Amino acid sequence: MASAAPLSLRAGVLSLLIFAIFALAWHMATRGGPAGPAMDPEYAKLMGATATQGKSAMPGPLEVGAKLIEHLRHPFYDHGPNDKGLGVQLAFSMLRVAAGYGLAVLVAIPLGFLIGMSPLMNKALDPFIQIMKPVSPLAWMPLALYTIKDSGLSAIFVIFICSLWPMLVNTAFGVSGVRKEWLNVARTLEVGPWRRAFTVILPAAAPTIFTGMRISIGIAWLVIVAAEMLVGGTGIGYFVWNEWNNLSITNVIIAILLIGVVGMLLDQLLARAARAVTFPE
Amino acid sequence: MSDRFISIEGIARRFPTRSGEPVTIFEDLSLSIARGDFVCIIGHSGCGKSTVLNVLAGLDQPDAGFVFIDGKQITAPGLDRAVIFQSHALLPWKTALGNVAYAVASRWPSLKKAEINARAQRAIDLVGLHGAEMKRPAELSGGMRQRVGIARALSIEPKILLMDEPFSALDALTRGALQDEVRRICRDTGQTLFMITHDVDEAMYLADKIVLMTNGPGAMIAEIVENPLPQERKRDEIHRHPDYYPLRNHLIDFLVTRSVTFRNDMPAGYDRKKPPVVKPRAQTPTMA
Ligand SMILES: Nc1ncnc2c1ncn2[C@@H]1O[C@H](COP(=O)(O)OP(=O)(O)OP(=O)(O)O)[C@@H](O)[C@H]1O
Ligand SMILES: [Mg+2]
Repeated sequence: MASAAPLSLRAGVLSLLIFAIFALAWHMATRGGPAGPAMDPEYAKLMGATATQGKSAMPGPLEVGAKLIEHLRHPFYDHGPNDKGLGVQLAFSMLRVAAGYGLAVLVAIPLGFLIGMSPLMNKALDPFIQIMKPVSPLAWMPLALYTIKDSGLSAIFVIFICSLWPMLVNTAFGVSGVRKEWLNVARTLEVGPWRRAFTVILPAAAPTIFTGMRISIGIAWLVIVAAEMLVGGTGIGYFVWNEWNNLSITNVIIAILLIGVVGMLLDQLLARAARAVTFPE
Repeated sequence: MSDRFISIEGIARRFPTRSGEPVTIFEDLSLSIARGDFVCIIGHSGCGKSTVLNVLAGLDQPDAGFVFIDGKQITAPGLDRAVIFQSHALLPWKTALGNVAYAVASRWPSLKKAEINARAQRAIDLVGLHGAEMKRPAELSGGMRQRVGIARALSIEPKILLMDEPFSALDALTRGALQDEVRRICRDTGQTLFMITHDVDEAMYLADKIVLMTNGPGAMIAEIVENPLPQERKRDEIHRHPDYYPLRNHLIDFLVTRSVTFRNDMPAGYDRKKPPVVKPRAQTPTMA
């Protein structure tokens, strides 16, 4: 049976349906049950609503939705260290990611170029890269805190370290894989080394480099939440931890949602950039 | 006219093999080409034609011997020689015009951008690609890509054009059209041209001299065949020329048998340093 509606439309309808079923199931599961047997009002007051009304501690979708709207209305307020708007917290996290990731770009791309162009450097640096790459970036945290002595900078350093490897490895791979015939064109035209690097190697390796940058931004956004939970103070990771300590599951759920949305936007941004430099062959 | 515009003097090329004993593709290979000559080299696959061309281009270094062009020894690639690669080797992220302009800008770094583009456009027009200059290689047909490669090579006004089977990937019709164009351009500009081909008819139609290379390893230049066909050739008429079949038979005979047997059956007085020049003709000279 062929359907006339385009695939994306049908997929969209299905997505909405899945979401509706999920929200409904969520709502049913967290809805308050019938009131329990009568109990001493003093005792009920002590136990709180959870025990007395059979209501789950887990917030329902309506609660979360209402709270989300409230947050979106006032994203940027700042009432002291433990009460900042979600927009402020996300901005702190994004600034840290931007700083660490930006530094990583500045280091990884030139170094990757060097490794990709020189078989000697490739072989010489390989053992270091192979050993450092699988280390969880958070394992660097104590070392960073000890040497840098600043929690904010340490978080940036951790982002730097985790963003570095995918970009480094991909840049080296892209540069070393530039087609011999394109390099030969440059050679027969007597193109100098700098001009060759920027007009032949860089455009040829750009799609691979951007793939690395896309992987890196994804990892950086994963790691920032954990890093901020450790260093505290500000940021969306700290927000999640703080709200857990306040037992506000509603806020935790909202934070999860927003972390996902921002992560998706960052990924789309890099994907779009990668598409712009990709050439059909 | 200098008879030794290009002079290949006793070059050898060896490649390492897995067994450790290097294989000699050719050695003590000599050949000279006059200015303005259109030379085709034919021989079986793997005999070392591309290797010779790469040495001429400076992309590969011989293990022995020298190559001189216009009296200067060749050790590296240079703008005096333009290479047209078998696989067109266009930069896929640049447009057709961009690819040619890149070559022009490399040749004359001090030119203004407008002048660079004007020269590139002229080369594009010359190969009949007017209107397709803003397309990227992926949007061009195989024949059009090869034309861009030719335009790029011509745009730098090289002393020598080196072509490695430039038309072998094309269909017969496109190939014919491009052969005509290359022939016209070369005759108009007096280009010296060195071209590898597998196609006997292509060699007969285009070349002034056809170099015959024996099978490798240890390939030799068996002889240099002077094309007896008149300079003014028409593709659809040359097969009526009395010298056409003698020439064609000579070439085919070489490819089928002599390329293999030549090694054991060298003509008396054969000298690697100066391969014999032959000119196959009809037995009885005809009145033109
Ligand atoms: N880099 C290399 N390493 C080892 N052997 C090589 C290398 N390049 C070429 N050869 C060998 O040298 C020989 C000649 O190669 P070449 O490419 O010059 O042949 P060709 O005459 O151009 O063949 P074709 O007509 O198929 O293009 C081949 O036997 C090939 O295997
Ligand atoms: Mg070849």
